[in-house]
Amino acid sequence: MAMDTLRPCGDFRSSYGADQTIFTTRLTLAFLIGGIALLALAPLFLSNYFLSLLIQIGYLGIAALGLNILVGFSGQISIGHAVFYGFGGFASVFLAEHGVPVPIAIVLAGLWTTAVGLLFGIPAARVKGLYLAIATLAAQFILQDFFVRAEWFTGGTHGAIAPPFEIFGYDMSGDQRYFYVVLVFVVVMYLFATNLMRTRDGRALIAVRDHYLSAEMMGVNLTKYRTMAFGISSFYAGIGGALYAHYIGYMSVEGLDILFSIQFLAMIIIGGLGSVMGSLLGTIFMVLLPEMTGALASALQGSAIDKALHLKDGITYMREMLIGAVIILFLIFEPDGLAHRWRQIKAYWKLYPFSY
Amino acid sequence: MTTALLDVRAISLRFGGLRALSEVGFSVNSGELFSIIGPNGAGKTSLLNCISGRYSPQDGEIRFEGRDITRQKPSKRAAIGIGRTFQNLALFSHMSVLDNIMVGRHHLLKNNLFTGALYWIGGAQKEELQHRRKVEDVIDFLDIQHVRKATAGTLSYGLRKRVELARAVALEPKLILLDEPMAGMNLEEKEDMARYIVDLNEEWGMTIIMIEHDMGVVMDISHRVMVLDFGRKIAEGLPEEILANPHVRKAYLGEEDPLLEEPEALSA
Repeated sequence: MAMDTLRPCGDFRSSYGADQTIFTTRLTLAFLIGGIALLALAPLFLSNYFLSLLIQIGYLGIAALGLNILVGFSGQISIGHAVFYGFGGFASVFLAEHGVPVPIAIVLAGLWTTAVGLLFGIPAARVKGLYLAIATLAAQFILQDFFVRAEWFTGGTHGAIAPPFEIFGYDMSGDQRYFYVVLVFVVVMYLFATNLMRTRDGRALIAVRDHYLSAEMMGVNLTKYRTMAFGISSFYAGIGGALYAHYIGYMSVEGLDILFSIQFLAMIIIGGLGSVMGSLLGTIFMVLLPEMTGALASALQGSAIDKALHLKDGITYMREMLIGAVIILFLIFEPDGLAHRWRQIKAYWKLYPFSY
Repeated sequence: MTTALLDVRAISLRFGGLRALSEVGFSVNSGELFSIIGPNGAGKTSLLNCISGRYSPQDGEIRFEGRDITRQKPSKRAAIGIGRTFQNLALFSHMSVLDNIMVGRHHLLKNNLFTGALYWIGGAQKEELQHRRKVEDVIDFLDIQHVRKATAGTLSYGLRKRVELARAVALEPKLILLDEPMAGMNLEEKEDMARYIVDLNEEWGMTIIMIEHDMGVVMDISHRVMVLDFGRKIAEGLPEEILANPHVRKAYLGEEDPLLEEPEALSA
């Protein structure tokens, strides 16, 4: 994207290939590889609590990226993302129960969710704006109801037990090991999205968002790409949900409500609409926010503030309120999200101390 | 040079009771630079929209290279060789200039969702780079090298117009439709733009249909000119013929013209 200004002086490109790379300098690439390597070592020195947070960030981050491709990149709204996430979870459990090895079941669950997403996307991609929001709301309610009723598929209101993740007979369950599973998925899924956005179909998605009339004149089939965005988004949601199911070991319809869909929206708004890395930043923020409030509440335990506000009882309500407040604050003060803030910090350091 | 590339046969376009175009017919030969002029609201852009597929006329037909394209979907028309620019800026404002122009090559690229996501495997990278080379030719031609990585929405008006032209050229169209390419430009920018248009026509061999209000430019560079008024064609011919045409003078000066009376009114 428009990161050209952030190149160090004297760094000139001598081939088009060098100019199309994801990482503008060798240092950024080194940082990323170093970061992933550091994460790969994380289970050695992080406690299970922090690992579980990282795993949460991983599978939610994949689903959030899916929603960002739909909302941020192709410019369509969806307030039913949670049910596609849920569908992926149920589908993977269903497949695993019928003898499909879990790693394959997760990928197949992603594809199955894609099919369902396309089913809802085909009519939805023909309407825009508020009407589309209502159409996706319909998907939310229809699928949520389906989860409760289709006992053969979801176990109904009781939910379904998810078999553990095994690869080549090696059990990968437990925070320490499952962490690697999620890490691999996150790296692959984020790499796919980054590549997609610098090639033909990704550009077409953004073109449809920015100016659909001229996109059409450039030969972009609007309906095809709008529907495709729903498909890709559902695939990511499905993979995220499947990873969740096998992590928790249990999948139930509970929690797959509209509030969860809104939380996904919050993640990408906070992270930055139309930014691949922003999806991850937003997820990190949204996962850590309740943890931080919890930590804050326990830090204040017994103090005057605690007594005055009944923090201990009110913490769940406070979280909801805080999420709402944060979304509003971001919309007003940082509509381009954390990804934009990150770019600005980088620009600041590049020009430091002559930041004007 | 005598084959008709585009043949518009008596098309009529109505929006409810409003007649935007009434039985307009003309043909443009391969290699021609054809201008359409007329007062505001004469139906020039509607006509262009019919050719590019945004509107479909109720009557008449449009033939491109002998094929009927009247009902063809707009997104299919890039592949048969019709490109256009818009009157109001229509860039993808959050994308870089380079990406904007690359979208112009959408119909020429073959990589898809899957090969795109895999990038290094499956040839997407190689293909993207080959097309990047072609795009760079267009960037060189229009002299926008210095902004190729800039976000399109941040550019000045004149530059955006040029990027939009670049995007349409990158499509490698046989016929390019320019809707007021010089609107809102100063003299110098107009001269540059006129030069690009003539070069596209003469060196790149593109057939051009242009809507423009600047009579000086139109009369200087066009091979033939058509005049519309109230959705009707009132004249067509060489620039000098148009300048001498009394109907045209009346249309612009606002005098009574029997040619523009409603036929119903005449018969009544």
